[in-house]
Amino acid sequence: MSTPARSANAPSKALLEKIFRTAYKIRVFETEGIKLYRQGLIRGYFHPYLGQEGIATGVCAALREGDYIASTHRGHGHCIAWGADVKRMVAELLQKETGYCKGYGGSMHIADISVGNLGANGIVGAGTPLGVGAALASQIRGSDAITVTFTSDGGSNNGTFLESLNLAAIWNLNFILVIENNQYAVSTRIEESTRETDLYKRGLAIGVPSFQVDGNDPIAVHDLTREAVELCRAGKGPVLIEARTFRHMGHHVNDPGKYMPEDELAYYKGRDPVDRARTALLEMGGAKTQEIAAIEAEIAAEFEDAVEFSKASAEVTPEAFREFVVGY
Amino acid sequence: MAMREIMYRDALREAIDEEMARNSDVFIIGEGIAERGGSYKVTEGLLAKYGPKRVRDTPIAEAGMIGVGVGAAIAGARPIVEILYVDFAMLGMDMIVNQAAKFRLMTGGNGRVPFVMRTQGGAGGGVAAQHSQSLEALFYHIPGLRVVMPSTPSDAKGLLKYALRQEDPVMFLEHKHLYMTKGLVPDGEHIIEFGKADIKRPGKDVTLIAWSNMIPTTLAAAEELAAQGIDAEVVDPRTLVPLDKKTILESVAKTKRAVIVQEANRRGGVASDICSIIQEELFYDLDAPVTIVAGLDIPIPFNLTLEKASVPQKHDVVAAARRVLHADPIELAAE
Ligand SMILES: Cc1ncc(C[n+]2csc(CCOP(=O)(O)OP(=O)(O)O)c2C)c(N)n1
Ligand SMILES: [Mg+2]
Repeated sequence: MSTPARSANAPSKALLEKIFRTAYKIRVFETEGIKLYRQGLIRGYFHPYLGQEGIATGVCAALREGDYIASTHRGHGHCIAWGADVKRMVAELLQKETGYCKGYGGSMHIADISVGNLGANGIVGAGTPLGVGAALASQIRGSDAITVTFTSDGGSNNGTFLESLNLAAIWNLNFILVIENNQYAVSTRIEESTRETDLYKRGLAIGVPSFQVDGNDPIAVHDLTREAVELCRAGKGPVLIEARTFRHMGHHVNDPGKYMPEDELAYYKGRDPVDRARTALLEMGGAKTQEIAAIEAEIAAEFEDAVEFSKASAEVTPEAFREFVVGY
Repeated sequence: MAMREIMYRDALREAIDEEMARNSDVFIIGEGIAERGGSYKVTEGLLAKYGPKRVRDTPIAEAGMIGVGVGAAIAGARPIVEILYVDFAMLGMDMIVNQAAKFRLMTGGNGRVPFVMRTQGGAGGGVAAQHSQSLEALFYHIPGLRVVMPSTPSDAKGLLKYALRQEDPVMFLEHKHLYMTKGLVPDGEHIIEFGKADIKRPGKDVTLIAWSNMIPTTLAAAEELAAQGIDAEVVDPRTLVPLDKKTILESVAKTKRAVIVQEANRRGGVASDICSIIQEELFYDLDAPVTIVAGLDIPIPFNLTLEKASVPQKHDVVAAARRVLHADPIELAAE
């Protein structure tokens, strides 16, 4: 099974606008966030989602309130696509009390259980069993909520990938596993990690409906995810989606990514998911350039406000954090 | 209060049954736990009563099933994951140590993980090195986990019911030799809070601190000591995290002598940590060095004689108690 044909019904302007807004917001968050990092305002790891925006954007647009997502170490895009408040995200990166995790988690641990965001994860591959667990909880509660776990080509080589997808399969869970195959785990090429680089085939081997899609095409990702959602809600879940993509830079902010071939990078930059979302809104959605400009200005301002808000916020004190100490 | 005498495994089943009846979010997964009722018969009858949604067999995928349990807990359900042997929980350590234990803090306290892993450990079954370990120290070491080690049917029931009502990940460590032991369990609602030690035998001459299957051994040792005119107090912390330091220290302050008995091998064990607490807080009250009776620092051998020699026996506890009481003439070193 590979990419199904583009759905006959053209997407609505509202959907196209939502997709563009999300993709653009992620782009701004990452590019501006990197600047903050370079200014020394953000510590630790920062794994940019630049170049992969189409996946989180397309997938989350096909989900609804009450569903769950679980994310990766490269998780800012998933949060934003899930509707997170940029203020609280920036505040988290700036280790402030107003952040999603009060500064206890940072970039790799942003979560918001109150809206079904099970969180980013510092352990590659760990979101897969956790997501299956949320899907199991939904089934036990008689809810038709769907859980999507975003994982990675690297995560697909963790043993729990098979263990948990198989559990989801034998229990017919409403679970969608999205492999963001950006073809690298840090500097290790996918071809070095597996003999079969079409990762969706791993799902077929255990009876899971599995598909491959161009991850740089947010509309295609959205359409496929909608089909996956329908399969799940019809009791035919879980579903595996492999979305092919490519990073726009190194593994994290401080990785120059010299190992990424220039021509390949240029090829994928020529298929930029944010540009494609913009073009879709202009051409398929019939939006005017002024509308686009207004959206872009609005998102830029939102980020600036978030930075102001975060800079002005306090940090958790060493006294307060003792609430987590369980001693004798 | 009216009491019944039941087995440890029946007490565990009652706890699960009552909590499943009370809260539809409680469910249990594990290998062979549904139709077969589990290797230790703890889950017998639960499938018929609660159905296949809430009582599920799993494939042999410990990392996956522990992870799925943790995920379900994060999403607000109350999973019990039964792992056949604590040795097999090692396959799921990432999910326990990096996920379950950390989630609450990593989310600034917004996320909770009411996850219960039930498993069993201990030597003595002739099941050799990969099925005989006492691994509580690994979990004890990890901030964010609760570690429960019941020694009696009453404690097993009360503590498991409490585990299923609190909000943090619990390592509920049973002992393979305790499942068929009997004890009195109160009728009706019976819940035991974490962090409350139990004095299993009051005494005034020496404090013996033990948990899990070392309780029967230590109580037997206390009887033997009594016959020798030594009145030992046996303290069972019941939960290692949180640890009821107060009860332990009160007992030792009274007796001025302490022996800590642990089945696990000595190095890096919980006994060493309890020992450090006692000496730090009560150094000037002690009449003898705090003594540890623990397993040897070797994998558990299959051979019965060697297996027994690997873990504390009654006579080891008796000898240690006599030593801290200076009850025997001092032996001069032979070599
Ligand atoms: C279990 C584990 N092993 C190693 C690492 C270190 N690490 C962090 S990201 C990464 C590469 C991940 O590559 P991939 O899974 O493909 O995700 P991508 O970075 O491409 O999004 C590695 C090795 C980790 N965080 N967790
Ligand atoms: Mg990758």
